[in-house]
Amino acid sequence: MAKFKTRLKVKMKDGKVNVKAIMSHPMETGRRKDKKTGEKIPELYINEVVVTANDKMILTADWASSVSKNPYLSVNYAGKSGDKVKISWKDNKGNTGEAEKTVK
Amino acid sequence: MKRRTFLKGSLAAGVTGVAAGSSVLTPVFAGSHGGDAAMKPADAYKATSVEDALKALGITAEDSDKITVTAPDLAENAAVVPVEVTTELEGAEEIIVMVSKNPAVLAAKFKLGETADPGVKCRFKVGKSGDIVAVVKAGDKYYTAKKAVKVTKGGCGG
Repeated sequence: MAKFKTRLKVKMKDGKVNVKAIMSHPMETGRRKDKKTGEKIPELYINEVVVTANDKMILTADWASSVSKNPYLSVNYAGKSGDKVKISWKDNKGNTGEAEKTVK
Repeated sequence: MKRRTFLKGSLAAGVTGVAAGSSVLTPVFAGSHGGDAAMKPADAYKATSVEDALKALGITAEDSDKITVTAPDLAENAAVVPVEVTTELEGAEEIIVMVSKNPAVLAAKFKLGETADPGVKCRFKVGKSGDIVAVVKAGDKYYTAKKAVKVTKGGCGG
């Protein structure tokens, strides 16, 4: 199975915490064809993302395959340094990934 | 004459083949969004037009100038189009992003926590020139705004 990496950055900005994440994921739509075999590449995409800070929900996202490959997500929230920010995701085939950072 | 009948025959076969193919594919796509049916109405993710998607979600949205959709006028890379949606609406809880010309228009649905700023940034694939439609739920009402994005083929940025 392919390896999925999740990168997370958290930064204080104008009194808010900026959360940025990039998930390494192919985000296949199921409409693309393999050039060699001509067979359709099965769909594989992240459909659920959850961002929390100190176990409190900041953002949840339901995605469809229209989200770009290696999805990027950015959101701000009212927080403080020391917050533990966590992102976790799940794709349609049950693969998961997560990352955690503490706000400096 | 023989050749002509042959061509006609294969053409007809081709058409039925495509039709059969699509009818097989649709349920697969709908099924992939299993899980919590209330959270992810499969019909909405299947919808091929913004109107259908809104209907499937059970939403009627009114236009609002308090929503800002930021996206490039001309996308250099259609597979990665950065989109930012922000709103000044009070009590925004949900942000829905749709790409009007994609095979499945509904692209993303964000739910905001209490402390989150009402805005998200994300990247989307945009198949054809069309609109990025944002729908924001604030209070019990839905508001919408859109931004046209043009897509060119090739990576020259036109």
